[in-house]
Amino acid sequence: MKIGAPKEVHDGEARVAITPESAGHLQKLGHEVFIEAGAGMLAGFTDDAYRAAGVEVMKTAATLFKMVDVVAKVRPPTPDEAKKLTKGQTIISFFYPASNEKLMDLVKSKGATAIAMDMVPRISRAQKMDALSSMANIAGYRAVIEAGNNFGRFFTGQVTAAGKVPPAKVLVIGAGVAGLAAIGTSTSLGAITYAFDVRPEVAEQIESMGAEFVFLEFDASELPDGAATGGYAPPSSPEFQAKQLAKFREIAPDIDIVICTALIPNRAAPVLWTKDMVEAMKPGSVIVDLAAERGGNCELTKVDEKVVSSNGVTIIGYTDFPSRMATQSSTLYGNNIRHMMADLTPGKDGAVVHNMEDDVIRGATVTHEGEITWPPPPPKVAAIAVQKKEKPKELTAEEKRANEIAAFKAQTKNQVTLLAAGGALLLLVGLYAPASFMQHFIVFVLSVFIGFQVIWNVSHSLHTPLMAITNAISSIIILGALMQIGSGSFLVILLAALSVFMAGINIFGGFLVTRRMLAMFQKS
Amino acid sequence: MEFGFTTAAYVVAAVLFILSLGGLSGQESAKRAVWYGIAGMALAVCATLIGPGAGLWLLSIVLIALGGVIGYQLATKVQMTQMPELVAAMHSLVGLAAVFVGFIAHFEMVRVAGMIAQGADLSELGTFAALIAKKTTVELNILRVELFLGIFIGAVTFTGSVIAYGKLAGKVDTAATKLPGGHMLNAAAAGVSLLALIWYFNTGGFFPLFLMTLAALFIGYHLIMGIGGADMPVVVSMLNSYSGWAAAAIGFSLGNDLLIVVGALVGSSGAILSYIMCKAMNRSFVSVILGGFGGPAGEQMAVEGEQVAIDADGVATALNEADSVIIIPGYGMAVAQAQQAVSELVRKLRARGKNVRFAIHPVAGRLPGHMNVLLAEAKVPYDIVLEMDEINDDFPDTDVAIVIGSNDIVNPAAQDDPNSPIAGMPVLECWKAKQVFVSKRGQGTGYSGIENPLFFKENTRMFYGDAKASLDALLPKID
Repeated sequence: MKIGAPKEVHDGEARVAITPESAGHLQKLGHEVFIEAGAGMLAGFTDDAYRAAGVEVMKTAATLFKMVDVVAKVRPPTPDEAKKLTKGQTIISFFYPASNEKLMDLVKSKGATAIAMDMVPRISRAQKMDALSSMANIAGYRAVIEAGNNFGRFFTGQVTAAGKVPPAKVLVIGAGVAGLAAIGTSTSLGAITYAFDVRPEVAEQIESMGAEFVFLEFDASELPDGAATGGYAPPSSPEFQAKQLAKFREIAPDIDIVICTALIPNRAAPVLWTKDMVEAMKPGSVIVDLAAERGGNCELTKVDEKVVSSNGVTIIGYTDFPSRMATQSSTLYGNNIRHMMADLTPGKDGAVVHNMEDDVIRGATVTHEGEITWPPPPPKVAAIAVQKKEKPKELTAEEKRANEIAAFKAQTKNQVTLLAAGGALLLLVGLYAPASFMQHFIVFVLSVFIGFQVIWNVSHSLHTPLMAITNAISSIIILGALMQIGSGSFLVILLAALSVFMAGINIFGGFLVTRRMLAMFQKS
Repeated sequence: MEFGFTTAAYVVAAVLFILSLGGLSGQESAKRAVWYGIAGMALAVCATLIGPGAGLWLLSIVLIALGGVIGYQLATKVQMTQMPELVAAMHSLVGLAAVFVGFIAHFEMVRVAGMIAQGADLSELGTFAALIAKKTTVELNILRVELFLGIFIGAVTFTGSVIAYGKLAGKVDTAATKLPGGHMLNAAAAGVSLLALIWYFNTGGFFPLFLMTLAALFIGYHLIMGIGGADMPVVVSMLNSYSGWAAAAIGFSLGNDLLIVVGALVGSSGAILSYIMCKAMNRSFVSVILGGFGGPAGEQMAVEGEQVAIDADGVATALNEADSVIIIPGYGMAVAQAQQAVSELVRKLRARGKNVRFAIHPVAGRLPGHMNVLLAEAKVPYDIVLEMDEINDDFPDTDVAIVIGSNDIVNPAAQDDPNSPIAGMPVLECWKAKQVFVSKRGQGTGYSGIENPLFFKENTRMFYGDAKASLDALLPKID
């Protein structure tokens, strides 16, 4: 199959869907790769770099669209682009089918297949092609950098000769992929980072990134369960929202930088940072609203603009964070695309098999064979959201002590029972057995006892030498043969001789191999 | 020489043997301990030779020397990967020797009984025969039971070890196979043995003894045939234990305290090893011996995700960037003879200041402590080879975990899935490391046939191919 990426036509879009690196992987799958001249320019990939990777560079988008079977793009196709599609052609790009029904109809009418990278189901198998996550990761990072660019102070606290600098306090709202990336960036820059999310199960992830979870007092049973909605946060109840806002209002005066990343699938972004909170913040503070495209989490956000509020708080509503880091985002997006192609070409022979039974392919396909296939049925495999785990109850000191005493008692009881039973058994044997037997029996029992005491101390790593050496010394049975070899009939001598011979092999073999093994154990 | 001297020598030998086993508590003291064992054995043999009752010195010494030559050949030629086979083969020799010595004792008993019946002169008898001659009827009966037990255990040990040897050496199919009738056959054979015991107890004839020997040989064969390859650590330690008990039983019948002491030491040692192995698999001893895994308690958790392959370049990049690495070797490493390559990898990584350690599961390999010996042979220093309990908590702080030829011992289902056949088995929690590479020959389940969710985890990458070939491809890329 021929796969090609045109230059993105959307104003300010710097990304490209195929990089020279991902082209190499696509060729390994048996595809021919094409690119429109200058497509990778803004992302830092020259046409020559593509040529060097064996990619054919086409002069115009029109020739490219005619030439290829699969069009890979970043932004959803414009109506002009969609019109160029022909029957049987496939387009892979972000599509946002929920808000792009006209576009979907247009692609359907052309008979083309559209695969929406934003519809890839969130199951673990599909993570490698989850472009929303890879882009969100970049957006989260960039949001902190952007905030730092507009923030007049250090992130980290310092004590310098010129005076003490307090650390910046950063609040990240929404701990999805973008939120976690923002937390990571912010903590590594040295800021004190707080994070909030309506899903309590992400608290662990937040803390693992080094941020503090902003905790709301709320009855756990009323909390929404993220696992039921494909790993996204569901809408929350009005009471919960009220509590949440009250909490934000309480901490707003302290916070220097707010990064908003809260989104609910297929809905406008919830307003979490109201006008009065902005007004409560110190002048010079920065709010970066990653939800701007969907209306924004902050009441004052203006899409694609940077505004300064009346009290000097900068509010950034850009929607093109990934595009601002085009090299990085193109590399990751290119990888997402090539993983998608890898799933579409299971034979690695350049033949695309559009398997509508496959959860991932089915979920991402929005039009196929002249029909609209959106919305997809729920995937057969549940989402990856973390299940709530019962935390083991913290034991108080008294309970611990009680447990220890109980364990000690149980152990004592066990030992006493064993000793009593063993002793009784011995006495019973002693009642009936003759004295000569008892003499040997005492030796036997004591030896077993010593054996148990000694062997427990043998280090695990020396178990093989232990077996070899016990093997050698169990050949002590040679004594039995030696004692009798001199007496009696031919048969006795023969059997005794054989035993001596075999035991001889064992004694020498066992000891020598043990010595050989032990000599190998060297300290570094 | 007097009887008293021999006894004194036995006491010294017994102490030396105990010291020799006790010395195995540490790698350095173990090097001394093996000499204690050798000295003890030499003392015991010499004391017996010059003591009362022994004869045919020349023959004995020639035979010991001959055996010594063969033993020396075996010990110096054996590959460390073949240690399980060697140990099993040596067990079979002890078992067979026990059977022979038991028979000898029986013949002596019959001879002495005959002489007493004829009223012949008893002063010319050897020590053992003289001992028998003095025995009362009760003592003679006890002697019969002891003899019987010694031969029974010896015979089971013999065929069991031969089969274990065959399985370990790949000469017998390693899968668990049973004759039609399964454990009923074993039970029947055990029943025959019991009847033979009663018969022998009453008559003292040779035939019941012989019949029991055949039954015991069959039990040994059939029992071990029914146990699969990965349970071999338990089997070998169990046979080790049996060979000890056989020696102890023979010691009872011969009235020899040194045999009893050593037999008891070896027997308890093997028993403890079996216990440790069973504990490490979270299975009861009986269930291992009866073979096969218990049926799953219910629907097993479905494994989701897919196995993602990686090539040597990817592994090399990750290793070059990692600060801490834990390697988990398994039987697959021994099969592929990859321990030298692993050692070379470790040397290279450590030369770059990385913290490289090994995590050894108690049942990794086919013999308790098998992996430790293999790594020691490849000159991996023993202080970076750690036990499961020592290292399991360190995985979350580890950058890369490399699994080489292990499967069930790193299966997270043991913890997560209560319906898994291995639920509750302690496992190495390598999936908690930031990245896991699994070197494996191909997709497919391990010995137990249990799907391993580790291979499907997001942070796991499958490094397919023969372990040695994979590592050889990887080595030049580490810098």
